[in-house]
Amino acid sequence: MAQALDEIKIGGLGSSRKRVEDDRFLRGKGNYTDDFKLPGMVHMEILRSPLAHARIKSIDTSKAWQIPGVHMVLTGEMAAQHNLAWMPTLSYDTQAVLATDKVRFQGQEIACVCADDPYIAKDGCEAIVVEYEPLPPIVNPWQSQAEGAPIIRDDKEGQTDNICYRWEVGDREGTERAFAQADLVSKLELHYPRSHPSPIECCGSIADYNSATAKLTVYMTTQAPHIIRAAVAIVAELPEHMIRIISPDIGGGFGNKVPVYPGYVCSILCSILLARPVKWIEDKTGNLISTHYARDIYYKGELALRKDGKILAVRFHCDSDNGAFFSDAQPTKFKIGLIHSAFAAYDIPYGYMTAQGAYTNKAPGGVAYRCSFRVTEAMFFQERAIQAAASDLGMDQAAFRRLNLVKDDQFPFRTPYGFLLDSGQFHKCLDVALNAIGYDDFLREKEAARAQGRRLGIGISTMTEPLGAGNSREYDILGIKMFDAAELRVHPSGKAILKIGSQTQGQGHETTFAQIVTHELGIPAADILVQHGDTDNTPFGMGTYASRSTPVAGAATAMVARKVRAKARKLAAHLLEVSEEDVEWELGRFHVRGAPSNGVSIQECAMAAYGNMPDGMEPGLENNAYYDPPNMTWPFAAYIVTVEVDPETGVWDVLRMVAVDDCGVRINPMIVEGQIMGGMTEAYAMANMQFITYDAEGNCVGSNYMDYLLPTAWETPGFELHEVVTPSPHHPIGAKGIGECAAVGGPAAFVNAVMNAVDDTGVRNIDMPLLPDRVWEAMKYKRDVSGAPPVKSDS
Amino acid sequence: MYPSRFHYEAPRSLDEAFGVLQAYGDEAKILAGGQSLIPLIKLRFAAPACIVDINNIPGLDFHEEDSDGSLNIGALCRHRTLERSPLLRSKYPTMSATAPLIADPMVRNRGTLVGSVCHADPQGDWASVMLAMGGEIIARRADGSERAIPVSQFVVGPFQNALAQGEIAVRARVPAARGTRTGTYLKLERRVGDFATVGLAVALEVSGGTINRAGLALTGVGPNNIQCTAAEQSLAGKSLNASTIEQAARLAAEAAQPKTDVRGSAEYKRHVVYTFVTRALSNRQASAA
Repeated sequence: MAQALDEIKIGGLGSSRKRVEDDRFLRGKGNYTDDFKLPGMVHMEILRSPLAHARIKSIDTSKAWQIPGVHMVLTGEMAAQHNLAWMPTLSYDTQAVLATDKVRFQGQEIACVCADDPYIAKDGCEAIVVEYEPLPPIVNPWQSQAEGAPIIRDDKEGQTDNICYRWEVGDREGTERAFAQADLVSKLELHYPRSHPSPIECCGSIADYNSATAKLTVYMTTQAPHIIRAAVAIVAELPEHMIRIISPDIGGGFGNKVPVYPGYVCSILCSILLARPVKWIEDKTGNLISTHYARDIYYKGELALRKDGKILAVRFHCDSDNGAFFSDAQPTKFKIGLIHSAFAAYDIPYGYMTAQGAYTNKAPGGVAYRCSFRVTEAMFFQERAIQAAASDLGMDQAAFRRLNLVKDDQFPFRTPYGFLLDSGQFHKCLDVALNAIGYDDFLREKEAARAQGRRLGIGISTMTEPLGAGNSREYDILGIKMFDAAELRVHPSGKAILKIGSQTQGQGHETTFAQIVTHELGIPAADILVQHGDTDNTPFGMGTYASRSTPVAGAATAMVARKVRAKARKLAAHLLEVSEEDVEWELGRFHVRGAPSNGVSIQECAMAAYGNMPDGMEPGLENNAYYDPPNMTWPFAAYIVTVEVDPETGVWDVLRMVAVDDCGVRINPMIVEGQIMGGMTEAYAMANMQFITYDAEGNCVGSNYMDYLLPTAWETPGFELHEVVTPSPHHPIGAKGIGECAAVGGPAAFVNAVMNAVDDTGVRNIDMPLLPDRVWEAMKYKRDVSGAPPVKSDS
Repeated sequence: MYPSRFHYEAPRSLDEAFGVLQAYGDEAKILAGGQSLIPLIKLRFAAPACIVDINNIPGLDFHEEDSDGSLNIGALCRHRTLERSPLLRSKYPTMSATAPLIADPMVRNRGTLVGSVCHADPQGDWASVMLAMGGEIIARRADGSERAIPVSQFVVGPFQNALAQGEIAVRARVPAARGTRTGTYLKLERRVGDFATVGLAVALEVSGGTINRAGLALTGVGPNNIQCTAAEQSLAGKSLNASTIEQAARLAAEAAQPKTDVRGSAEYKRHVVYTFVTRALSNRQASAA
């Protein structure tokens, strides 16, 4: 009898096999967009507006054209001749490709120059003379709604104010009734500051229009090549089959590389006009000041509470600052993403929320930075409000959560905002976390330290989030439903190529998607090549963001492998000379029912598919599958942070950070842990240091890495990771999304810990980032510290 | 990085370097570690016609004590060398505490102390240290003559130094101590590699528990690095105790000229100066006793 295969050894489900991508990355053998050099290629640089709001009186490009080596100086006026001065956004607004009438934020694209090299192209940009008539800049939603505020989007017919959307969801009347019965109403207002996903590789593209074949090939830093192809077809009015988007190695995306940016469009137009390849590689400042930001939401909300701690209802309002163009990348039916997933983890009977978006003279957006369509914003407010409510009740933070978290026997659970939670063990996760941190001991330690003038604090964040958009009833982008596809071909020798429509940016798809096939077919992961990122050679997919790759493309992968296995079963029956019903599957092998030693391997079936198929069977061993998820996946996390705050300087240090994640079945535990650590690092960054703000003139503060702070290994705390496994009931292998949980749920844990350390001051809120001076101000004056940090000198 | 077009010269001797300086006048810019100059030309905030790379000139990469007990640091001595220097660790506690707090390891591998002082960034750490220690910059001319410029006079404004056209800063000099050196450098930064929200250099020269000379200087809380003269005078001739420490902390906080910005309010920064002076001197009190 053949030895049973060890799934871990062959790199299947649960194997922490090393990332196959890393060999090329660590050896400098990766191929990023900027690594490609095409014959005859010219380089494009963009001239950006120094002003936040100004009418363009004139643009004189004559001096730029005179510089030797300059081939093209493209302005909005020229783009307009090709109907490309403006483009549609993914939120059904419009965005300027190159400004024609006004500039609406600092850094907006005004013109671009193509030249023999980037130095000359930059010289060309400097030689362009733009005459501006400055207009008053608007840098927050309150200014935008003030009496007499200038209309930023005067390009839009019928736009008479600076509002870009209004939205509501939930049961208004039911919520009002519940509030009328409340013993206590806990209120909280706060601001989630603007931040930027800031991938280390900035955006860029090489557009290569072949004037002979009329085929357009674009190498592009995109997380979603297939949807970009559709968008380019729409924007540039080109036939979709003649567009090929190649998304090569990507140096981080974090949501920043989902949208279509003016630079991409300009490189395409310039390539068509010049009939040469045009390379555009954005610089760091260009990326930080012009591409999609995240967050920048002001919340005002309240919880209706019963004396015993039960939450009766929740209602809140969000004012989002959307910048100059409403260009969130989000499913069509939503206006502020899935922010109404807030409070999903809690059993709250009634909920109502409203939201309103403001145009301002800031960079457009906002994109979902390492989260599923603004769920970071949702969960941060949720966990800050939960902490405030527990404090208002005088209840212990953990006990209050335990009382209100959805219980195991309540699934499927419908939230007041309409989501359907399908699984979880929320209480178990919380208990594991409390146990790991030593909750009761720490509370005693905190009291003892307080008596010595030291300030310790503990913060909890518990949350579930909807990942893996999404079912076709509710989720589409540009009218295309949010499913994903996979194609699998097993070659005669039993080696396989899997092609998927998602696009890795560091998540390790080439490693983990092979593991799913290994789990289903028993082919060693090392024998499976995963391909993605080329629209000519991969099946359709909506891209990688919102933690949707494993939930959707991963499910399609399992399903296509099962289709292949079904055909292999027929081949096995043929080889074993028994009927199909008498063939049994074990990992990597079929055997005759009741005679385990009489079997054939999957590799033998593959060879038979090409050389010994039964009469009448179509040759080959391949298939494709589309997965339209019936629901999101619902991972859960319990994060607990302990801190010590220096009473004299406001500096706070993380003592411990415990993360308990339930993301269902873990495909590659090492990669899952890496995702959690990465997300938690960004959560720490947001709580501690990372933000973009604007001064009164609309100058962006945070336009380079001296001002926009990314944490380094030096200050990033260590994380203690734990797991609980509740399989997704609909996902074929029970996996849930995990790439973003820590970034989503983490920030509130850090902030709650610092707030807990100053809980004797009566301070209700310190807005992020919790820079030392803000914590010190709160302690000294016993007052809330709200809004973005000041940027102007006071003297 | 795509700077404006510039001419590049890499002289092999100081004489050659002076020749290039003569040819280009104030259009020439000296490149030592490049950690301030290169970001400026990258952003096209600076566009010198000629960059004079002095890295090939022998004899500038040193730090050593002279026979008179003064410390000399050559124009090509890197932060990294100072960070790992046994000499500094044993005898120059303020400098030894500063070096590891300069930017990040990559910057420290290339950047130089002399270049940092020449750049005269009000948020530069070394200028405060030099102020606290009574340091000088030695400027050399084409004819071989040299003049010593106290750092208090060398930094004349934000990003402005006192070098005349045609002069090269060849080394920094710290005079011999009167007694044993104690001191430290405290730096509040938002993240490693950030400029100081508040930086404090304390350099004391002590014998028998008495302070012969006190140096206190501040980083990041004024248009330039600030020497806390009143606080220094208050400590001279005294010993450290709760009341002299409190007085020095108060005087140093008064000397600060902070502004409110993204790194914090003016009030906060002044408070941190007070806290830092208290902490630095309290720690020294312990170690000197």
